[in-house]
Amino acid sequence: MSDYKIEIKNLYKIFGPKDKSMVDLVANGMSKQELLDQHKHVLGLRDVNIGISANSINVIMGLSGSGKSTLIRHINRLIEPTVGEIIVDGDDVLAMNPERIRDFRRFGASMVFQKFGLMPHRTVLENCMYGLNIQGVETGDAEKRAKHWLNRVGLSGFEDRFPAQLSGGMQQRVGLARALATDADILLMDEAFSALDPLIRADMQGILLDLQNELHKTIVFITHDLDEALRIGDEIAILRDGELIQKGNPQSIVLKPANDYVADFTKDVNRARVLTLNTLSHGSSGTKKGLPLNSDLSIEEAMQEMIASDHNLVTVMKEDKSIGQVSLNDMVAAIAKPKTTESGEANAYR
Amino acid sequence: MSFFTKFPAMERGDLRDLKKGIDSSFKDFSRYWGESIETFFDPLFYFLVNFEKLLLATPWPIIILIVAALSYIGSRSWKLSLGAAVSFLLIGYLGMWENTMSTVALISVATIICIAVGIPIGIAMSKSDRLQAMITPVLDIMQTIPIFVYLLPVVMLLGIGKVPGLIAVCVYAMPPIVRLTNLGLRLVDKEILEAADAFGSNYRQRLFSVQLPLALPNIFAGVNQTIMMALAMVVIASMIGVKGLGVPVLQSIQNQYLALGLMNGLAIVALAIIFDRVSQQYGKRLQRHREGGHDV
Repeated sequence: MSDYKIEIKNLYKIFGPKDKSMVDLVANGMSKQELLDQHKHVLGLRDVNIGISANSINVIMGLSGSGKSTLIRHINRLIEPTVGEIIVDGDDVLAMNPERIRDFRRFGASMVFQKFGLMPHRTVLENCMYGLNIQGVETGDAEKRAKHWLNRVGLSGFEDRFPAQLSGGMQQRVGLARALATDADILLMDEAFSALDPLIRADMQGILLDLQNELHKTIVFITHDLDEALRIGDEIAILRDGELIQKGNPQSIVLKPANDYVADFTKDVNRARVLTLNTLSHGSSGTKKGLPLNSDLSIEEAMQEMIASDHNLVTVMKEDKSIGQVSLNDMVAAIAKPKTTESGEANAYR
Repeated sequence: MSFFTKFPAMERGDLRDLKKGIDSSFKDFSRYWGESIETFFDPLFYFLVNFEKLLLATPWPIIILIVAALSYIGSRSWKLSLGAAVSFLLIGYLGMWENTMSTVALISVATIICIAVGIPIGIAMSKSDRLQAMITPVLDIMQTIPIFVYLLPVVMLLGIGKVPGLIAVCVYAMPPIVRLTNLGLRLVDKEILEAADAFGSNYRQRLFSVQLPLALPNIFAGVNQTIMMALAMVVIASMIGVKGLGVPVLQSIQNQYLALGLMNGLAIVALAIIFDRVSQQYGKRLQRHREGGHDV
């Protein structure tokens, strides 16, 4: 057993009739383009290793074609890997027979889809009950549980509508309620909010964060949107052309991009919102000068507090103890000149 | 040069022997198996005969009430229901009641058989591309081969009567429902199927709770087509001894009875329109979930 809820080891996926024989070529460094030109096989994933911690939101980010949707479908084996291991709670998903896979999908991991994947001939309530029907839960009980979750996502009163009668945001709430209703520990979300317009998307992110505060599920969230990743992710993994290029928490991604590709991604990010006091905190602990603020606050929030109370120094507090200080100048520097703020502190909490 | 001017056909004698061989082996086959094949189809025969007897034994007002009620249940339209009742009254008044009952019995039984056999074949076809490639040409043959060509072996095997007539109707009417079931199942949105899989559905759960309901509009179009094609076969079936509206039509052709042919022909048309409208309206109502402002 490892510390991770889900552990993906040496996972390769190559699309094509002779995928197994291509693995060595890819492992020896053949590029995606070369593989396509010379062997007519498409590289999906190359040697992916990710540990996904329990009870947290793990974002897998990448542009289209990066293999992120392929990767998430390996976790519940909607896609068969070419080689590799996927360990969930100590069990290798890839070694399961069809019966056990179905059980895992019924009770272990539920999924939310980009285009919702709702069944147009079933009402909202019936859609929400789908996973429970498949589990064999008795109808009355299933109805009660489905109604509870519809209520949690704010869809009370819409039980008897059909999906086509709802807006996109509401449809995805049904998708979310359907996934939550099965009580699975793992929630797989494949670009769940990408089809929604920005306001609704922010709304849904809020709903997800609220629910997560209470439910502590292990969520694997796929997105192509860095702002979304930074907002909801406890951990972020970045994929490119089927390869994992960086993994870390949001701040380390922003502060220490692994290469130009990631740096390019992060250059337009609102740093004041991503970076927290914790990251910038320096100096001796135990000092009491300045405005005491919680270390989890973002720079943006801290600045608002400072302006409101006319301070220009913050004492960073963690569990009622001061762990250091941050001045207004530090904050401005962190926002304006990101590359010079790479202090050792960024690693302190990893 | 005669190779180019005269087609290198088979010797006349050989050809005759080939034909004779096929004929005699089929005759042997039918002599040997004919009886057991007939017994195999016996339940069908009794079903058809008893259904017809039931229709004829039921007092006519009740039949008209049932027709009107079924039309209303199917279409939820008073107009259609009233039209059906009036058509049946008119048919009865013009002396075609018994023949119409025979035809209704034949069409109903043929449709039930086509559904019971055709839908499972369509489901199997949608599952496997190889099976689809094998069955599609068979369906093409069933629909395009001149009807008399396959009537012949059927008659040789089973003689003249209701059962061979029913089989002839079914052979002709079954392809649409097989094709449209296959097509409907293949057209179901892949993302919805993936969702069903992701929640751990097994094959049966996926088929019955997702695939079939979503394919229903297409399947229903197939049922509708099957009924129409079965009705189109009524006259031809009467040639091999099936009672019904086809018999007077056949007589009228042989004896130039214009009015008789016209009346019975129009009765067939009336049946066709009633069956068609009711089944179409019913098919539409199955899709009420598609109403609403958004496309899915």
